[in-house]
Amino acid sequence: MDKFVVHKGLVVPLDRSNVDTDAIIPKQYLKSISKTGFGPTLFDDWRYTEPGEPGMDHSNRSLNENFALNQPRYQGASILLARENFGCGSSREHAVWALTDYGIKAVIAPSYADIFFNNSFKNGLLPIVLSESIIDGLFNEVEANEGAEFTIDLEQKKVISASGTSYDFEVDEFRKHCLLNGLDDIGLTLQHADAIRQYESKRKQEAPWLM
Amino acid sequence: MSAKTLYDKIWDAHVVHQEEDGTALLYIDRHLVHEVTSPQAFEGLRMAGRGLWRTNSILAVPDHNVPTTTENRGNGTAGISDPVAKIQIETLNSNCDEFKINEFHMDDIRQGIVHVIGPEQGATLPGMTVVCGDSHTSTHGAFGALAHGIGTSEVEHVMATQCLIQKKMKNMLVSVDGKVGAGVTAKDIVLAIIGEIGTAGGTGYAIEFAGEAIADLSMEGRMTVCNMAIEGGARAGLIAVDDTTINYVKGRPYAPTGEVWDQAVTAWQDLHSDEGAHFDHVVRLDAKSIEPQVTWGTSPEMVVPVTANVPNPADEADAVKSQGISAALEYMGLEAGQPINEIKVDKVFIGSCTNSRIEDIREAAAIAKGKQVSADIKLAMVVPGSGLVKQQAEKEGLDTILKDAGFEWREPGCSMCLAMNADRLESGERCASTSNRNFEGRQGQGGRTHLVSPAMAAAAAIAGHFVDVRTIGGGA
Repeated sequence: MDKFVVHKGLVVPLDRSNVDTDAIIPKQYLKSISKTGFGPTLFDDWRYTEPGEPGMDHSNRSLNENFALNQPRYQGASILLARENFGCGSSREHAVWALTDYGIKAVIAPSYADIFFNNSFKNGLLPIVLSESIIDGLFNEVEANEGAEFTIDLEQKKVISASGTSYDFEVDEFRKHCLLNGLDDIGLTLQHADAIRQYESKRKQEAPWLM
Repeated sequence: MSAKTLYDKIWDAHVVHQEEDGTALLYIDRHLVHEVTSPQAFEGLRMAGRGLWRTNSILAVPDHNVPTTTENRGNGTAGISDPVAKIQIETLNSNCDEFKINEFHMDDIRQGIVHVIGPEQGATLPGMTVVCGDSHTSTHGAFGALAHGIGTSEVEHVMATQCLIQKKMKNMLVSVDGKVGAGVTAKDIVLAIIGEIGTAGGTGYAIEFAGEAIADLSMEGRMTVCNMAIEGGARAGLIAVDDTTINYVKGRPYAPTGEVWDQAVTAWQDLHSDEGAHFDHVVRLDAKSIEPQVTWGTSPEMVVPVTANVPNPADEADAVKSQGISAALEYMGLEAGQPINEIKVDKVFIGSCTNSRIEDIREAAAIAKGKQVSADIKLAMVVPGSGLVKQQAEKEGLDTILKDAGFEWREPGCSMCLAMNADRLESGERCASTSNRNFEGRQGQGGRTHLVSPAMAAAAAIAGHFVDVRTIGGGA
């Protein structure tokens, strides 16, 4: 996994609540057996004017010019500003892969669905929670200032907006440690292999129907 | 010892190791695997040179992509017309062969939707931790199990370590007190709950469903309720173990037998919340006030009784919510104030991990018996949840009743719930669906989904529009 330490980037606003993972990456693209290549079909139904299918040349498709990601001022954005309950619905990690493949490094929203939130950390995507009133202000700031860039400092747990205002955010210490160091969860868990084996031998005695 | 909730008990029994900040390694007893969210996990194992920690904890089945027409089944993967879907199912087959995983292949009578076959086989047992790379894994909580969906990275993690890295969720109790009226089903109960708590109301919680109306439900009904816990934001939904649970599990292929069965049943008696256990949040619903439900919008929380009208965004004080209602009405092609029972439908889908079990099919057949699907309906299809559900329904003659009424009778799979296979809505088509999500584009780009119970879906198929199932003959 890529490390996440400090990131400075252009912010794109997505002003909708309850953005579900079907909207982030529609089902037809889930047939892929790879983790890469989902960027061009991120938000497919909103981003293009005609339906898309796997295997198409997406660079030739007609774009919905009203959709934020397609507007010239937001090209190259790497921070997504979003509304409440972002990533609800299906557990598909393809939603996170689509965001990272597109180039998004962090999402800032008032709340996330639990499974999406977990999946993000496993892929070096930082989901930041800030209060609704702060987010309202950030939407205004981004919309009023073309080229607005934010800096995210994970070590300090701060978002610094284009105006220079700094906002503190919370992140679980374990998850922060893994992101800062780009650590692989499985490797960490296998350090406890003996404890897992001990648990299993105890359970075999107590609850043999489970083993 | 202090009083514990059901969730507390299962959690405590599965903690292998805990850090000071509460991050725990949680042991996983049962891992269900399907074709869509597993290929990248297997690839990850291969790249790291890792094997499976405990092969016999895994049960695999293809379900999301499988065709449901009889002519495309029965010859392995050869009948899958979509080459990309075919590769995905063949990849599951080859991964299961390589890692020696027990898989129910497409032509196996036991094949079906992963959340139908786990319980049907007794592979889901009370007190277990159950995971699957699918958010509707919450279904298995109906057995007094801790069951939730995980992403593909976690699928790989469980395969390699038999554990998940977790922090404990909070406890929520949803109590549905008293008895529901005639014609009101488990689906109506859970839709009413989601209408009450909202689509993010359960975020961060494990929800225990309790109360007389829940205890009165069959296991099929309880699975319907827990299945949709995730639509209320909760990864896990649970229901206490009772005789209904134990009678359902007994004698199933993967259930324990003999002395071990007796030992298990004794242990399962403790799988309920203790008197006085602490819940961080409690919600109570009056069962008799619940009517048959119909969703009108693009989120499961956008739901009203069939007797109500489509809401008016002008009546909503919160600007963001009002805008959300307007956007949903525009997508759904509905007018504010329109009576629900005047909304005409184009297609009817009875199936999915929410409502494709034998009881659901009986419920639909009871409504359809001796009647005809309206000429205005382009397609009404029934997709059983598994080969064994299909076989049982055919034994009871339910397929004949449904086919005589004009329904198509299909082979098992996820089908039009998420439209990964050929079963889908065209843009602008309106569907009465027994599935779980009415998101934009869920059943096909531009498709309009209304979530209902199997009885309400069958009634809409006959009438050509939504109708209060309590006002017509037949049914529950």
